[in-house]
Amino acid sequence: MNPARRKRLILIGLMVTGVGVAVAFALSAFNQNLMFFYSPTEVMAGKAPQGHPFRLGGLVSAGSVERLPNGLTTRFRVTDQAKSVNVEYTGILPDLFREGQGIVAHGRLRDDGVFVADEVLAKHDENYMPPEVAASLQEAHDEATDVTDKTPP
Amino acid sequence: MIPELGHFALILALCIAVVQATLPLIGSFNRTAGWVALARPAAWGQFLFLGIAFGALTHAFLVDDFSVLYVARHGNTRLPDIYKISAVWGAHEGSLLLWVFLLGGWTAVVSLLGRRLPDVMLARVLAVMGMISIGFLAFLLFTSNPFERLFPVPPEGGDLNPLLQDPGLAIHPPMLYMGYVGMSVAFAFAIAALVGGQLDAAWARWSRPWTLVAWVFLTIGITLGSWWAYYELGWGGWWFWDPVENASFMPWLAGTALVHSLAVTEKRGAFKRWTVLLALLAFSLCLLGTFLVRSGVLTSVHAFASDPARGLFILVFLCIVIGSSLLLYAWRAPGISRGGGFDLLSRESLLLGNNLLLVVTCAFVLLGTLAPLLYDAMGWGKISVGFPWFNTMFVTFMPLLVVLMGAGPLTRWKRHQPAALLRSLRLAFFTSLAAGAVTALPLLTGSVAAGIAVALSVWLLTTLLAGLRQRLQHRGLAALPSDLAGRGGRSWYGMWLAHLGVAVFIIGVTFVTQFDVEKDVRMSPGQSIELGGYRFRFDGAAAHDGPNYRAQRGTVTVFRGDRQIAQLHPEKRTYLVQTRPMTEAGIDAGLMRDIYVSLGEPLGGGDWALRLYYKPFVRWIWLGGILMAAGGLMAVSDPRYRMRVLARPGSRAAQQAPAAGSHA
Repeated sequence: MNPARRKRLILIGLMVTGVGVAVAFALSAFNQNLMFFYSPTEVMAGKAPQGHPFRLGGLVSAGSVERLPNGLTTRFRVTDQAKSVNVEYTGILPDLFREGQGIVAHGRLRDDGVFVADEVLAKHDENYMPPEVAASLQEAHDEATDVTDKTPP
Repeated sequence: MIPELGHFALILALCIAVVQATLPLIGSFNRTAGWVALARPAAWGQFLFLGIAFGALTHAFLVDDFSVLYVARHGNTRLPDIYKISAVWGAHEGSLLLWVFLLGGWTAVVSLLGRRLPDVMLARVLAVMGMISIGFLAFLLFTSNPFERLFPVPPEGGDLNPLLQDPGLAIHPPMLYMGYVGMSVAFAFAIAALVGGQLDAAWARWSRPWTLVAWVFLTIGITLGSWWAYYELGWGGWWFWDPVENASFMPWLAGTALVHSLAVTEKRGAFKRWTVLLALLAFSLCLLGTFLVRSGVLTSVHAFASDPARGLFILVFLCIVIGSSLLLYAWRAPGISRGGGFDLLSRESLLLGNNLLLVVTCAFVLLGTLAPLLYDAMGWGKISVGFPWFNTMFVTFMPLLVVLMGAGPLTRWKRHQPAALLRSLRLAFFTSLAAGAVTALPLLTGSVAAGIAVALSVWLLTTLLAGLRQRLQHRGLAALPSDLAGRGGRSWYGMWLAHLGVAVFIIGVTFVTQFDVEKDVRMSPGQSIELGGYRFRFDGAAAHDGPNYRAQRGTVTVFRGDRQIAQLHPEKRTYLVQTRPMTEAGIDAGLMRDIYVSLGEPLGGGDWALRLYYKPFVRWIWLGGILMAAGGLMAVSDPRYRMRVLARPGSRAAQQAPAAGSHA
């Protein structure tokens, strides 16, 4: 093998090994960092993981927002119009957080079934609905209409 | 009347773009000089009409012409004039108009400064830019016409999104778009060279300054965006790995790789195919960015209500651009000659490493950004990729890049003796190791991350200083001015400055993530809270009226020991038209630390929820960005890019004449 070709082979070998290690590492880290999205209906059906963080999205139920006496913890319900989940968040809520608004919350389920959020997102744009929330509302709505369709008159 | 003129101007611009995209290209093949010569006037004509259209929309905002739907939605009579202008690009239609307007501008500048290029080459470059322009103009006219009328005319407009009523955001989109659109020039040069089969050092030298300028604009745009998010969103973050941020960051990574690989192609004739591929990649990522932002397919804090038809249009356009350019590449690449060989240890190899790392990082960012789309399309569930993943990826690969970045400029092209390189790096290596170790001592910070950051930063600094010493070896610092004035000098000092920017950036990022202190608190008037060695006293909040908003304005006095160092006024604003609350943070900025206070909600009895931050070195992040951009600008200003790069037949005498003249 001539030296030029050997050099090139070494270089390519190094590159391939490096990229391979990087990709393997990245993909394994990737799987640990995926955050799945669940709608309140799915959470109530027990589909959401216990003890693992996930994202919950839906509308903030009207009249459900209450502030605990310490002043910084807020409790509210997130609904997809079919089911709703109790959420607790300590800290300052985003400006656009209000009743009836679509939100996405990051956090995990506590044993008592309350979703403890460490981050609540509401969007820049008032008219904007996070796509996941829009889809889950639609699903919940479809299921509800399916049920009514199937009930005999 | 004027909006209709704007609309007609857009249609005319589209017609001219069609001419610009076709005739000069055909002419360049069948050697019809007249058709080739059409390219430049077409570029100017297109720019003129785009200017008219842009001016018409701006005029409509300035005179509050609410009969135009777009103005009625995003304008308002009470908006200050500066924001009436920035409202032009405050939403979808107008920002696209800005896109094509800037594209027209770049095209005109290329045709102006490209007089030194061979006519055929220039014609092809302008033709490719014309094609891009056709795509965007058609998009604008068929799916998102900014001049659509509204009847009946509302008495008042819907107002600009209050978040966008801010000087930082008034200039952030134009800067970012200048970068995006600028990458189209690098793309056009690459395509033109592929078409002509002339991928040589001259091609690399032509596209280098354009790519650099685009890169500088991207850098400034991203830096501005990060700074804006920091002070305007009120949660003290400066980067969220949000899809839209990633959309601007991916072209930046590819562009950075391109800037470096162009250097190799120009100097050594190597990496040609790779460079071309990077140019295609960088611009494709710009288009992808536009698609992600405009289609609303991803959940993002930037996502605005949007129309799926538009997303589809851009997606199809994206596929056409990427598909056809890759086809062309596949067809032409085998004919591209191989460049000069190089040793395992040479500047080429180190730059290859740089490119590899940047592209791999870019690929991971792409993966993280598009994974939610992929999972959704495959029915695997709705996911988002956590912030920590991006951080892990970045923190894993960037240190390697920084190690190469220190060694690269000290390494010779083609081959460098390993022993000699080790000798010249020894001092820098031990200095940075020592600095890192000292920083990580429990007595100082006790943080390994901070130690590594300091080590990397000092490594860059010492190797840069070693490079400077080498460069000025024979003449000392006194030689600096003449070196700066000469050919090739500013390129080198530009590199120096940009790399220094990276060193500054590393310190900023690491220190602020390691040592920032954040606290959400409930405070009553008069109450004091200790945080990060500072004492914050809340002096209550009072009503305060702005031009188009009402606010609750808090007063927080900050003490260090007994000395008052700042009085901050965070606000909670409610804009009168869109009636949404907005947080305006109170910031005491400093080179070594920021103190940042934002108002949460009133809790009754004069109490407020407040968020207090102590953020050390946060300014260094943007200072790093500014240094990188300044370095890029300095490199662009190098006189070597203004030389006649390719002798035309018979121009030899002409070149020698001025040289002889200067002796006289």
